[in-house]
Amino acid sequence: MRVHRVEVWPKSPSLDARGASVARSAASIGISLGTVASARIYLLETDADAAQVAVLAQKLLADPVTERAVIHAAPLAKNAFQVEVHPLPGVMDPAAQSVEVAAQELFQGKRRVRVSTGTRYDLLDLSGGKAQAELLARRVLFNPAIQAAHFDAYLPKSLPSGHEYVAKVGRIAIRDLNDDQLQKMSREAHLFLSLDEMRAVRDEYRTLGRDPTDVELETIAQTWSEHCVHKTLKSNIKYTAAAGTTADPLKFAGRPGHTVHPDGSVTIANLLKSTVAAATHELIADGIDWTLSVFKDNSGVIAFDDAHGVCIKVETHNHPSAIEPYGGSATGIGGCIRDVIGTGLGAKPIASTDVFCVAMPSETELPPGCLPPKRVLSEVVRGIRDYGNRMGIPTVSGAVAFDNRYIGNPLVFAGCIGLIPRNMVHGASRPGDRIIALGGRTGRDGIHGATFSSAEMEHTHADEFSHAVQIGNAIEEKRTLDAILRARDFGGGPLYHGMTDCGAGGFSSAVGEMGGKIGATVQLDRAPLKYAGLSYTEIWISEAQERMVLAVPAHNVAKLQKICDEEGVELADLGEFGTPGAELVLRYGDLEVGRLPMAFLHDGIPTPTREAEWTPSTPTVRSASKQPNLSISSSLFSLLSHPNIASKHWIIRQYDHEVQGNSIVKPLGGPLTRGPMDAAVLQPIPSTRRGIAISCGLQTGLGNPEIGGDPYLMTLAAIDECVRNLVCVGADPTRIAILDNFCWPSCSEARNLGTLVRAAEACYDGAKAYRTPFVSGKDSLNNQLRYTDPVSGEQKLIEIPPTLLITGLAIVSDVARCVTMDAKSPGNVLLLVGETSSAMGGSHLQLIAPEMIADGSIPHTDLKSGPRTAHTVASVISNGLVRSAHDVSDGGLLCAVAEMLIAGSTAKKPVGASLKLEAAHADVIAAAFSESPSRYILEVAPENAKEVQAKLAAAGVSAQSIGTLDNSGRLKASGLDAGVEDLAKAWLAPLDW
Amino acid sequence: MPNALVIRAPGTNCDQEMCRAFQLAGAAPELLHLDALVKDPSQLNRFQLVGFPGGFSYGDDIASGRIFAMRCREKLYPALRTAVERGVPIIGACNGFQVLVQIGLLPGPAAGQPWPREHAPEQTVALTDNENGRFCDRWVGMVAEPKSRCIWTKGIEQSINPRDTEDVWMFPVAHGEGRFICKDESVLRELESSGRVALRYADNYNGSQNAIAGICDDSGLIFGLMPHPERFLEWTRHPYWTRLDKRITSTTTPGLRVFQNAVNHTLAVATR
Repeated sequence: MRVHRVEVWPKSPSLDARGASVARSAASIGISLGTVASARIYLLETDADAAQVAVLAQKLLADPVTERAVIHAAPLAKNAFQVEVHPLPGVMDPAAQSVEVAAQELFQGKRRVRVSTGTRYDLLDLSGGKAQAELLARRVLFNPAIQAAHFDAYLPKSLPSGHEYVAKVGRIAIRDLNDDQLQKMSREAHLFLSLDEMRAVRDEYRTLGRDPTDVELETIAQTWSEHCVHKTLKSNIKYTAAAGTTADPLKFAGRPGHTVHPDGSVTIANLLKSTVAAATHELIADGIDWTLSVFKDNSGVIAFDDAHGVCIKVETHNHPSAIEPYGGSATGIGGCIRDVIGTGLGAKPIASTDVFCVAMPSETELPPGCLPPKRVLSEVVRGIRDYGNRMGIPTVSGAVAFDNRYIGNPLVFAGCIGLIPRNMVHGASRPGDRIIALGGRTGRDGIHGATFSSAEMEHTHADEFSHAVQIGNAIEEKRTLDAILRARDFGGGPLYHGMTDCGAGGFSSAVGEMGGKIGATVQLDRAPLKYAGLSYTEIWISEAQERMVLAVPAHNVAKLQKICDEEGVELADLGEFGTPGAELVLRYGDLEVGRLPMAFLHDGIPTPTREAEWTPSTPTVRSASKQPNLSISSSLFSLLSHPNIASKHWIIRQYDHEVQGNSIVKPLGGPLTRGPMDAAVLQPIPSTRRGIAISCGLQTGLGNPEIGGDPYLMTLAAIDECVRNLVCVGADPTRIAILDNFCWPSCSEARNLGTLVRAAEACYDGAKAYRTPFVSGKDSLNNQLRYTDPVSGEQKLIEIPPTLLITGLAIVSDVARCVTMDAKSPGNVLLLVGETSSAMGGSHLQLIAPEMIADGSIPHTDLKSGPRTAHTVASVISNGLVRSAHDVSDGGLLCAVAEMLIAGSTAKKPVGASLKLEAAHADVIAAAFSESPSRYILEVAPENAKEVQAKLAAAGVSAQSIGTLDNSGRLKASGLDAGVEDLAKAWLAPLDW
Repeated sequence: MPNALVIRAPGTNCDQEMCRAFQLAGAAPELLHLDALVKDPSQLNRFQLVGFPGGFSYGDDIASGRIFAMRCREKLYPALRTAVERGVPIIGACNGFQVLVQIGLLPGPAAGQPWPREHAPEQTVALTDNENGRFCDRWVGMVAEPKSRCIWTKGIEQSINPRDTEDVWMFPVAHGEGRFICKDESVLRELESSGRVALRYADNYNGSQNAIAGICDDSGLIFGLMPHPERFLEWTRHPYWTRLDKRITSTTTPGLRVFQNAVNHTLAVATR
């Protein structure tokens, strides 16, 4: 066996897109070089001879038209520096796996082949020499968390392989530890358990009369992690508001699970249950009969039609994405897709969503250990793209919000929607079922992901936790999905009783959850491994991707095995569900390595009462910027160029948002397909005209503590925004389910828990007012960066702004009646629906020109008129009276109208508009740029305008005619006369990377 | 009703849509895994139509469609040649197109030359990285080559009648490696002069030679294209259907027309 090296080079520089892209990146960070020539490298450890390797290279590795294969290493030109990037040992290398399988077939199974792949970059005419090559490598070419860079040809003698492992049960003396020692153990063993929790563990083992084994302790830490058990949101909370906050829009009296004390403080029993979940259960009790499964399963399920449900889940993958944005976002979406697959007895994923919160792309001052924000965004997009596109799931909806407080802790929300037969919504493992693992093999990657995600970021984490970061293999998951859907739809019924995915905590969480009531015996040595040498603990807690666990009756295992063989999916029988005392029993070979009562694992976690405080800051206009007062016109151009508002086409177009062929309203539409649609609409079953709409609401600015924000108002506005987006495309407002994703800084801080409480209370009020039940949700706390300032040596902390993403999934009764936001025809009337208020705290105008704002208070969402407006607008849309509809949100009325014109105007058929801003508000600044909630713009044919206005008036909804469309191709209002194409340029350019 | 085979592999993800396209066009689709076909290539004899769907077969590891194509070249060529010689229309969309050119089924032998017996023809064209190096999903204006021999695109432009002033004749594309390149100038000249260019982009966003979006073989029966006609079977999939006139949206979509053309061809041959 020796290692052969094959390089595959593009035949000409014009075919080297990868090299050209690196050259562009180099230029963007000020590195001067001529060109970059790049090659793929294959290291093949094989007993095949050189001639056979050459045949393999020619038949499999190089394209005869565009590429040439070089055996060994091509010589380096005199004027060039060489950089090679190779994966670190144990990091997923999907291409290598594929080459191994294909090579086996070419060699007809007669040769052994192991493969590793890499990339070579020859940097020609580089000024600055090796130091610049190293800088480029570090900034652009590789990430030390998962890769190694070499500066000459990497020619290993052998490829890394595992080592032999002999199991020996480790016991950890815990029963005699004092508080200090318990805390030390929690920290040093990366358990991330609180002192209370460590005490509970110690006391349990005192009762059991023995010490825990290593794997037991790890199991408890995983199961009790914030990520898995949501202990903060489920805890009891004592909430106190600072004195003098009488004008609080949030009233506590009469809420379920809340006790208001005479001093005004409030005790809340299980925050999640008393707010988010309470709203859903009250709505169900009050007649909402279309939820099928809420909060219990991997995703929430609502009725689609008589035969089908749709399910939805949104996850975050923040900390891994901070360290390795590409792998972090890819495995984020991969995990969320598995949640949908693993709902009930299996759903088919039909759409994905993604929302990112990152620092401003222009930011160059980076705390130690942080990646540049532009690179973070580019890489998270690439990760979602490579995983989602390969899975064949359209990524149809999303958003990006920019704020420099996300610099060390970006947020990556990944969502997935699935279609599930209604008789498959519920599943549960039964005693005697085999524990069957399907999909990828288990490796050391992803160990401690759950506990890591529950801790705060520190700049040393990139080193300590690089094993928590993974690269996904989408095709492995696609094969597993194909096999599972065949097993689900097997003639005679599904081949299994229950299923879940291996996410955070790996087998530990999956088996622990499925066997929670009945117990399970797991034979850990039966798990297929990527390489030898994993300890039983590593096998048990590894979060290696692309694995599902099924509860399969013994008599169905052979049938499932056959399907898996046909689909190329590995199946492993890990043991059996059900033990006499509902225990979790872990075995390795003949050794029993762990035995835990399920009851302690799932119910033993202490529930301390946590302190929450709220001190509202006064709305203040931030210190005046150096910018002079902007005109209406220059404000509009600046707002359209703000990255929050600017076109996201650079991201959207990298996603396959059309695959499966069912997209009705796409992320981009209009005659030049550049219009930003309010929500995505899909027709998941082509034989019925019923559809689903997907959108989100995110109003972080309104909660910003720096400008007197209030997370209560922020959350209400986000729910309203989400509903507006859905209504604008023609969704049924009586069939909207929503999801909450809380991303907060550390809630051990009472003030942060205080803002969390306020957001949760708003979830209750908003969901009830709009009659939009929460069906699923997730929280990620401890989103903050702690680091040592390299210059001053000071300890610094950057907390993210409290961020709550509301995702909405709605039913569309008839997709043929959908409406889009692109302005349609000159002569049509524009109606502004809803009241414009002068309150502009948290608006985008405040961000760019605070001195222009007269009233910096935070806008309130009216819980009576907001829902009423949504329902009335939906009804005029469904009556076919509306040609286009757009919600008024970021950037206010003028940005909304500008977007409609950009979407609808072309050179051949220009569309323009003349607006009377005074019709919206006497203060033209507020009229133009206020972001007051519950507002819509409707384009209505002149002959229908009276009828629409009458219907709105009859429902008590305010509406003004604010102008008409014309064919000028210009947007005109007082102080404004701008060409639509100029507006389009300002809006399209900032994120056109 | 003609039988249509759609071949899938791990990572194929447009197979359901292609089955539906064949079905709406009047054929009976059947989905087979490449492994099953390699095990028993004679199964191809049951089919009157064949589709290579889009997706990321085998993850598009190494290069798009490479492993799928290599397996077909090595294990299925004689069976595929037999199907071609029987006059079976074959379509490859996106990843399927990438597979067809790497097998050597496109552009196929020179005019009047027979297909080689045992080994597939040498690959002479390629679909390589888009000029900007990125995956791109969009709808793009199309131009059908009026002189093309392709049976799949016959009369497709007339299917949009009347033509609107807005350019509604579009197909969706979604790929990172769709830039059409010929081995040399003579291959390109031969393609152009022999009527094998079937479709071009109105906006050559990926840098293809002569803006070529789809080609066929000398018989006009084997057709490969980067766009996804199977994603455009109804007008509600068009990116701005909400502003299109009923006169347009009541016609057959160009996407469905592609599949109808092939099904009608097999029916006509069968009754001849």
